[in-house]
Amino acid sequence: MTDRAADAAGAADATEAWEPSALELERRLTRKRASRRSVLIALVSTVAFAAIAGWLVLSSPGWADVQQAFFNPEVAKDSFPKILEGLWLNIRVLFFATIAVAVVATLLAVMRSLRGPVWFPLRALATGYTDLFRGLPVLIVLYLVGFGIPALNPENRISVAVLGTIGITLCYSAYVAEVLRAGMEAVHPSQRIAARSLGLSHAKTLRLVVIPQALRKVVPALMNDFVSMQKDVGLISVLGAVDAVRAAQIATASTYNFTPYVVAGLLFVAMSFPMIRLTDHVSARMAKREQIGGTV
Amino acid sequence: MSVLELHGVHKLFGDNHVLKGVDLDVDEHEVVVVIGASGSGKSTLMRTINLIERVDDGRILLSGDDITDPAVDVDKVRARIGVVFQHFNLFPHMRVIDNVTLAARKVHGTPADVARDRAVGLLEKFGLGEKVEDYPDRLSGGQQQRVAIVRAILTDPELLLLDEITSALDPMLVGEVLDLVRDLKAQGSTMLMATHEMSFARSVADRIVFMHGGRPLEVGTPEQIFGDPQHPETREFLARITHR
Ligand SMILES: Nc1ncnc2c1ncn2[C@@H]1O[C@H](COP(=O)(O)OP(=O)(O)OP(=O)(O)O)[C@@H](O)[C@H]1O
Ligand SMILES: [Mg+2]
Repeated sequence: MTDRAADAAGAADATEAWEPSALELERRLTRKRASRRSVLIALVSTVAFAAIAGWLVLSSPGWADVQQAFFNPEVAKDSFPKILEGLWLNIRVLFFATIAVAVVATLLAVMRSLRGPVWFPLRALATGYTDLFRGLPVLIVLYLVGFGIPALNPENRISVAVLGTIGITLCYSAYVAEVLRAGMEAVHPSQRIAARSLGLSHAKTLRLVVIPQALRKVVPALMNDFVSMQKDVGLISVLGAVDAVRAAQIATASTYNFTPYVVAGLLFVAMSFPMIRLTDHVSARMAKREQIGGTV
Repeated sequence: MSVLELHGVHKLFGDNHVLKGVDLDVDEHEVVVVIGASGSGKSTLMRTINLIERVDDGRILLSGDDITDPAVDVDKVRARIGVVFQHFNLFPHMRVIDNVTLAARKVHGTPADVARDRAVGLLEKFGLGEKVEDYPDRLSGGQQQRVAIVRAILTDPELLLLDEITSALDPMLVGEVLDLVRDLKAQGSTMLMATHEMSFARSVADRIVFMHGGRPLEVGTPEQIFGDPQHPETREFLARITHR
C-alpha cells in the first residue's frame, strides 16, 4: 500500500515538470504560421484595394475641383483652431449630458419597473415620457427648449449651451431608459425569485441583483447610444452656440469653401473612434466570458 | 477497432494543470464510464474530445483520424460526435421536432421529411411521441433531457459523449433517462460518459475509468473497480461516495 502511494506521488512529480512534447511544439508552430499567413493575406488585399480605390478617385476628371472645394489644406489650417475651440464646447456639453442622462434614464427605467397599483401614476408617467421623447425629433426638442424657454422669461438669460444640454438630455434619457428596461427584463425571472426568497426587498433586489446583471447585458447598446450622443451634441449649433459645427459654418461662410465642415466632421469621427473600438472590445470580451473559455 | 484514442492528453487552465497526460481508448460498441471526484477533470476531458477546449499536448484520434491536428475542420469533427450535457440546452424557440432534426437538416443535409420520420420514430420509441410538436418549456426535465439525447443520436454519431446527464434531474426522473441510455447500449452505441450515479455506472459500463490527479488512475471492469479496487485513492473515493 505504501508502495502504491509512493508510485502515485512519483507520477505526480513527473507531471509537475511537464514540458510540451515535440508534437505539441510542431502544432503550435503550424498554428502560428497559419495566423501569420492570414495576417499577410489581409495586408496584401488591403493595400491592393486601397491602391485601386485611390487611383480611381485621383484619376477621375472632377477630382481637382472636389479637392479645391472640400479638401483645401489652406482653408483647413486656417479654420482648425476655431473649430477645435468649438469642439471643446461640444465635449463639455457631452460630459454634463452623459451624467444627466445616466441619472434620469435610471430613474425612468426603475419607475417603469415598479409593480403594484399604487405606483400606477409613476409608471404611466415614465411610459408616457419615453414614448413621447423617443418619437420627437431631437431638433424639435432643441428648438422648443432653446428658443421656447428664453422666450418665457427674457430677463434672465440662460446660456444656450446649458439649454442645449437639457434638450439632448431630455431625448437621450428616453432612449437609454428603454435600453435599461429591456436589460432588466432580460434578467431571468428566477433571479428575482431567488433574491426575493432570500428576503431582499423589491428595491434591494433591483439594486443588488437585477440592475448589475442588466447593465452587463446592455453595455454594448449603451455604448452605442453614447457614440450616437457624441455626434448629436453637434446639433446645439442650431441654437447659436459656437460649437465645432457652428465654427465650421462661420468659416465656410467667409471663405465659400466647404473644407471647414469636413474638418469638423473628421474631428467628430476622431472623437467617437476610441469609444467605438472600446465597444467592440467590451462586446468581444463579454461574449468570451459567456462561453466560459471554450473555443466555439 | 478503437473509436476513440487519447494519447498523453494535457490540458491546463492557466496554472491549473487539469489533465496530466491522459491515455484512454474506447472500442466500438463499448460503454466507458468516467468517475472521479468533483473537479477531477471529467467534464474537461469530454470538452477536449468535442474540441470545445483545445488540448495543450497529446493526441486524440477519432476512428483513427487525428482530430487535434490544427488543420482539421472542427465542425466536421463535431458533426461525428453526439454530445449531451448536464443542462438540456434545448433551443427554446424551436419545437421538439425542430430541435431534434436541426443538425440532420442543416449540417448533414438530410431531406427534412427523412429526418422527420426518423426523429418521430425515435421519439415514439422513447415515449415522447406526444411531445413532437411541443415547445421545450412544456416538457418535464426528464423529458427535455431525453429529447436532448435523441437530438444527439439522430445523426448516428460515431461516439456519444454524455456528461452528468442526470445530475440536474429530480431522482424520480433519473430512471427514465438512464433507461434510455441502456436502450442505446443495447443498440450498440459507443459511449463515453461521466456520472456520479455509481449504481448506474456499475450496471451499464463495460469499463470504468477512475480519474484522479489529472489522469486515469485505475481502469477496469465494474467488477474490478467496485469489487476489488487496487489503489487506495479509488477505495477512498468509492467509500466516500457510497456511504453518504
Ligand atoms: N473554462 C475553465 N477555465 C478555467 N478553469 C476551468 C475551466 N473549466 C474547468 N476548469 C477547472 O478544471 C478543473 C476540472 O473541472 P471539470 O469541470 O473538468 O471537473 P469535473 O470532474 O467535471 O467535476 P464535476 O464532477 O464537479 O462536474 C476544475 O479545477 C475547474 O476549476
Ligand atoms: Mg463535470
